[in-house]
Amino acid sequence: MFDDFLFRALIAGIGIALVTGPLGCFVVWRRLSFFGDTLAHSALLGVLLSVAFDLNISLTIFTVSSLIALLLLRLQKTTNLPSDALLGLLSHSSLAVGLVILGFLSFIRFDIMGVLFGDILSVNVNDLLAIWIGGAIILLVLWFIWKPLFASTVNYELAEAEGMNPERVNAIFTILLAALIAISIKMVGLLLITGMLIIPTTMARNLSNNPKQMVILSIIGGLLSVFIGLYTSFEINTSSGPTIVVVALILFILSLIGIKKRNYE
Amino acid sequence: MTNNPNVLVKISNAGIQKSGKWLVKDVNLEIHRGKIVTIIGPNGSGKSTTAKIVLGLHKKIEGNVQTFTKKISYVPQKVSIDWTLPIRVLDFMVLTEDLKPQEINDALNLTGVDHLISRNLRDLSGGEFQRVLLARAIAKKPELLVLDEPVQGVDFAGEVALYGLIKKISETLNCGILLISHDLHVVMSATDYVVCLNGHVCCSGTPVDVARDKHYKELFGEKSSQLLSIYEHDHDHVHTADGDIVKENV
Repeated sequence: MFDDFLFRALIAGIGIALVTGPLGCFVVWRRLSFFGDTLAHSALLGVLLSVAFDLNISLTIFTVSSLIALLLLRLQKTTNLPSDALLGLLSHSSLAVGLVILGFLSFIRFDIMGVLFGDILSVNVNDLLAIWIGGAIILLVLWFIWKPLFASTVNYELAEAEGMNPERVNAIFTILLAALIAISIKMVGLLLITGMLIIPTTMARNLSNNPKQMVILSIIGGLLSVFIGLYTSFEINTSSGPTIVVVALILFILSLIGIKKRNYE
Repeated sequence: MTNNPNVLVKISNAGIQKSGKWLVKDVNLEIHRGKIVTIIGPNGSGKSTTAKIVLGLHKKIEGNVQTFTKKISYVPQKVSIDWTLPIRVLDFMVLTEDLKPQEINDALNLTGVDHLISRNLRDLSGGEFQRVLLARAIAKKPELLVLDEPVQGVDFAGEVALYGLIKKISETLNCGILLISHDLHVVMSATDYVVCLNGHVCCSGTPVDVARDKHYKELFGEKSSQLLSIYEHDHDHVHTADGDIVKENV
């Protein structure tokens, strides 16, 4: 059964959607949408370094993204520049450094489109293991830090005053995001991972009135996008990653009907 | 070190500088179990900063802060909830500690907002939100309660009732309270110790001592020291929300 590429793609997609749902909620709540982009751009640097030095691709992406993320937390503390400026700085410079390195790699055949958009249909059994084991670890850690992370999302100082150590959970959360990008890059690619993090989540926001409900609905939204997206891309022969995101977008548009209805109640 | 088991927090010669300017300087303060310490002072005098020093939120400070409790509740001056975050009063109540439904209800009941339990935080009015903030802080049964302008936006009758409630909490939970306020008249009558702040400690002591201090009169004007005497008379009744008179059981 694992021989069937479509089946493997589906299993991979389900694994990713289970993780992007809860993480995506925190990304949106903490106004970190752009942060996902920054991490994804730094992941390109990771991919290129792994090709250049023949390293394990997921581990290199994880390391580079984590370093960039922690660098951001450090810069936020030491400079007075606003976060969006710092994110822009890190995002564009890591992308630029990555592309410069790419110039030196002309002797290697390198599929940059594959990195940018991912190829869910080429997922192999090892990738599946990485997604499911990595995803399980991410969710487990998130479960443990849920309360302090949520408290510091609502109010940082309140959480710190009441002994929740927000600085530490912020750093852990950031590393979880880097890990998610490392395990999902092959599947949905750099440009679409933020879409998977944010679009099902914003759809869920339109339909929910408490945090747990929003997490569950964004997981469901992600799963639906994967199911429908994969099926459609197979039927009408479009590329799978973007199709999944387009389905997520359609679900978001449908959810606007829900929010309208609620506002008039 | 202090040997007094009633001391919850002791700060000595505490101060903090920001880009070469002192926000507050030379603050000495002790908070005891069952006592209310109130910080008063004009805008920008460092009241909130002092509260944050007490809570350990400022890292690079001069002087010394010793904290002898970990059961702390905090009502910040401003809490804004982002639209992207759907959160009900119920979810907010268990933000930093798991509570039984009964404990949640009791606390909301004390501040008069138990009917709002399943409402979304963003849909509350300013006064309702303050009452929820206060309810959350007391539901944890803290040993130290830091309240930064806890009754802002609350209607006048509610304000008096909430100050009464704060007084009652300090007695029933035997917790130390650090209260920041500029409602001089109400505060002065329900406080054990007053610290009058204006970048440094202008004067401090019991409400009566502070009201007579010349620094206090300079800061708040001659009239404000008479406020205390106006409010020192005894009430023998209270009003309910719709204005009915209820005899107070003393």
